[in-house]
Amino acid sequence: MHVLVLLIQILVLFAVVMLHVAYATYFERKIIGHMQVRMGPMRVGWHGLLQPIADGIKSFFKEDVVPEQADRPIFLAAPVICLVAMLTSLAVLPFAPGWVLADINIGLIFILAMSSLSSYGVILAGWASNSKYTFLGGLRSMAQVISYEIAMGLSLVGVMMLSGTLNLSEIVQAQGTSFTGMYVFPQIIAFFVFCVAMLAETNRVPFDLPEAETELVSGYATEYSGMRYAMFFMAEYIGMMVMSAIGTICFLGGWNGPFTVPGVPFFWFVLKIYVFLFVFIWIRATLPRYRYDQLMELGWKLLIPLALANIALTGIVKAVIG
Amino acid sequence: MTKPMHTTLEVPVAAGDEESYSLRMGPQHPATHGVLRVDLELDGETILDCTPRVGYLHRGFDKLAEHRTYAQGLILTDRLDYVGAMANNVGYCVAVEKLLGIDVPLRAKYIRTMVSEMSRICGHLLWLATHALDIGAMTVFLYCFREREVLLELFEELCGARLTFSYPRIGGVRQDVTHSFIRRLTEFANTFPGWIEDYETLIDTNRIWLKRTRGVGVISGEDALDLGITGPSLRGSGIKYDVRKARPYDAYSLVDFEVPVGRDGDIYARYRCRMEEMRQSARIILQCIDQLPPGPIVGDDAPDLVMPLHGHPKKEADASRWGTGLIRLLQDRSLFPRGEVYVSVEAPKGELGFYFISDGSGRPYRMHIRSPSFIHIGALPFMTRGAMIADLIAIIGTLDVVLGECDR
Repeated sequence: MHVLVLLIQILVLFAVVMLHVAYATYFERKIIGHMQVRMGPMRVGWHGLLQPIADGIKSFFKEDVVPEQADRPIFLAAPVICLVAMLTSLAVLPFAPGWVLADINIGLIFILAMSSLSSYGVILAGWASNSKYTFLGGLRSMAQVISYEIAMGLSLVGVMMLSGTLNLSEIVQAQGTSFTGMYVFPQIIAFFVFCVAMLAETNRVPFDLPEAETELVSGYATEYSGMRYAMFFMAEYIGMMVMSAIGTICFLGGWNGPFTVPGVPFFWFVLKIYVFLFVFIWIRATLPRYRYDQLMELGWKLLIPLALANIALTGIVKAVIG
Repeated sequence: MTKPMHTTLEVPVAAGDEESYSLRMGPQHPATHGVLRVDLELDGETILDCTPRVGYLHRGFDKLAEHRTYAQGLILTDRLDYVGAMANNVGYCVAVEKLLGIDVPLRAKYIRTMVSEMSRICGHLLWLATHALDIGAMTVFLYCFREREVLLELFEELCGARLTFSYPRIGGVRQDVTHSFIRRLTEFANTFPGWIEDYETLIDTNRIWLKRTRGVGVISGEDALDLGITGPSLRGSGIKYDVRKARPYDAYSLVDFEVPVGRDGDIYARYRCRMEEMRQSARIILQCIDQLPPGPIVGDDAPDLVMPLHGHPKKEADASRWGTGLIRLLQDRSLFPRGEVYVSVEAPKGELGFYFISDGSGRPYRMHIRSPSFIHIGALPFMTRGAMIADLIAIIGTLDVVLGECDR
């Protein structure tokens, strides 16, 4: 019985997240469209509202082309790895008090592990396609993930030190319900590092080098088509949501808000995620792309030292005060 | 033989005994501006060697022109640099006029200057749009297209075409400007500098933009001259050479404008040059509107669209349509003067030259186009050595090449 309930919960979460992914693409196109003095999708449904459905149907029925020279099993598996890793990390996210599929005590580490795992998908896709652009995209992704994973992990250490736990629900509870309790204030440096590393982890502008369209055609996804191509994008959007959720949980007080909305315990959590997603899209409409070596420089020479300094600072302050 | 090229750039070699990685970018690549193919030798992402391959868009304009009358040849120039076709038209007409020795009425000269500058703004807007998109700034792309649309609509009102104008004619222009055209153009030229500031706020103070453009694709003034680079790409390296000032044509000697010059010779300097040039273009347009004199728009002795190729008119009735050609035939002279002529104009991309050899018939014996894009692509290997793939894209963008003009 317990398993059945859990299965239903998983299905509901899966459906809700997939719907969000579909409409995240819609809102991305709409928001960027309006920022760029154009309309965005307008044709399918009222103001293009059915566009994501049409896109889904289209990519579902497209031929799944596998290049002749590709390493077939890995080529086929790579997008699945990406998607599954990202979907799995959803399991540990607490949406509201008690609303969590797997309330494990290493939630934060688990999510970092899953996000690293999903980059395997990207690297394998780049390698297995046996194409030069995908290869370069894969290499870029590898270097980028390794560098920024460190920065992101270190930026979250401060949060771990303050809350004394890795369980995501407990991190939220440790921040309390008050506005000033949010870790964004004591951990402002970590929040900055996290936000930059978050963009790099999810391959978003200005760190979208693995799929830099004007340089590498489509990077690691060049040889993919149909549903497998769509899987990479689903993984990217779920990745954005997971990262937003981490940011919300670790720095912005999770589900807590200025007042409780009756009947909708996850209201503030989802709202904060939407704000994060909007910022993702806003940045995409504004910034140019970094160059590969500049990206490395930023990661190793600025973000990692900053995160380390933050850890030292947090440690000193904690020792002095408490 | 000329002396070998000396460049200040160091050529890196692959470390140890590692093999280099060869990559063919293009001709169907999103960022090679049409059908440019670049064969790259890479060490990781560092470019060891870069060989541009051109010719995918070759249509043989130089040869085609030999089978057309001078008036018919005009339409070929539309298809050279199709983002700023008016400047090509003007260049062609100025060259043929010099060959024929035709005087162009002052009003036509002003109108041509005006449309050349509109064309320059058009070309630079498209350059900025694609250049920014290549570097990853997507929004600038659409902002530029918004303003370019205004200009294209103006062109449409002027001559009915949005891209391939064939509006200037040998000896003048085809149609006179209308009041509503002048009114709309004045409005545009007055508001446009404000829009340039919009682009600058988006990218000029952006740290990533500065990082991607400063100190990248550097070329010294000397090297640029050796490579034959002209236009804003040369001026970015600090050489103040502009055909509009050096050998003024049309009404450029009558209007007041500055030639912006950069100092560092990098992508950023060239970017600043072009932005300033757009401001100056708006200034020139306003001056042309102010000074526009009344009068005819085509010279009295300008050849008509229909010109005889050889010999004498068959019927006296045809004669009235033949313009200069007929006058010359009646005076028992050859149709066109024999000889050679080279005239260059400042097109948006650089110095665009037309070279004609005339054998006295109504068709050029030989036409050669000095297209700046072709020469700029030749500079690509020198500018990209030791750079990274992302820089290559930015350098192709900063050289502002249009393959229609390069391949002819």
